[in-house]
Amino acid sequence: MSAFWAMGGYAAYVWPAYGVSLLSLAGASWLAWRGYRRARARLAALEGSKPR
Amino acid sequence: MIRYANPARFMDLSGAILPWLAAAAAALLAAGLYLGLFVAPGDYQQGDTVRIMFVHVPAAWTAMMAYALMAAASLVGLVWRHPLADVAAKTAAPLGALFTALGLVTGSLWGRPMWGAWWVWDGRLTSFLLLLFLYLGYIALWNAFEEETRAARAAAILALVGAVNLPVIEFSVQWWTTLHQGESIVRKGGPLISAVFLWPLFAMALGYTLLFFSLWMLRMRTEILDRRARSLMLAGET
Repeated sequence: MSAFWAMGGYAAYVWPAYGVSLLSLAGASWLAWRGYRRARARLAALEGSKPR
Repeated sequence: MIRYANPARFMDLSGAILPWLAAAAAALLAAGLYLGLFVAPGDYQQGDTVRIMFVHVPAAWTAMMAYALMAAASLVGLVWRHPLADVAAKTAAPLGALFTALGLVTGSLWGRPMWGAWWVWDGRLTSFLLLLFLYLGYIALWNAFEEETRAARAAAILALVGAVNLPVIEFSVQWWTTLHQGESIVRKGGPLISAVFLWPLFAMALGYTLLFFSLWMLRMRTEILDRRARSLMLAGET
């Protein structure tokens, strides 16, 4: 297992590459989802306050 | 296409597709990570740094695909004045910028141990850096105009002019001397790398692509809801 984490001596390059990729993609997904929920709530509030 | 290109239909259709698309993206990324980190061996020349390929190449491909889609949507928006096309182009840009930045950072982390340099000013890297600036310029243009239709038009023109950069990135490794690896996957005579590296690469590439489409759809849905909210607010003011 420690050989796995060592990445043949290239741990300092391999893990940051994976880390930054996965963290940013996860972060972007979370932001997009949060933005969507907020937009939906905002619109629902607007439509609720002024029924057509 | 045109039949589905009105916002109400888009909301119905994307709402039905999105969960499946996101699930497929997550499954492919999980499979790609497993194959890339546990199944693929180290390369005989590059050692374990070859694994950086599985996050670098998909990010770069997705960044370029996103730009092509953004430029195509911009063209449709300019020519047919279709509001959904403007929404599509606008929401693709921040995602494209993110994938471009990931391509640059992971490339740098690969270049340092293999080339001995974080960065070199060669054709591939420079044109790819230009891609990031095109995305950022595009986003800045959208924010520079008060009026939405004018912003959309100005940004669309930038997107179309900047599309010239895509073939430059693609062929840069043939046109100029470079440290960057040449075409080794999509080429005449088949790929140059072995299947044990190709499978994780394809799983990750398809995962990145589907993740991009999922996030793009979600952001388009958000933008459509925001526009509805804005028009409701305007209607309330008058």
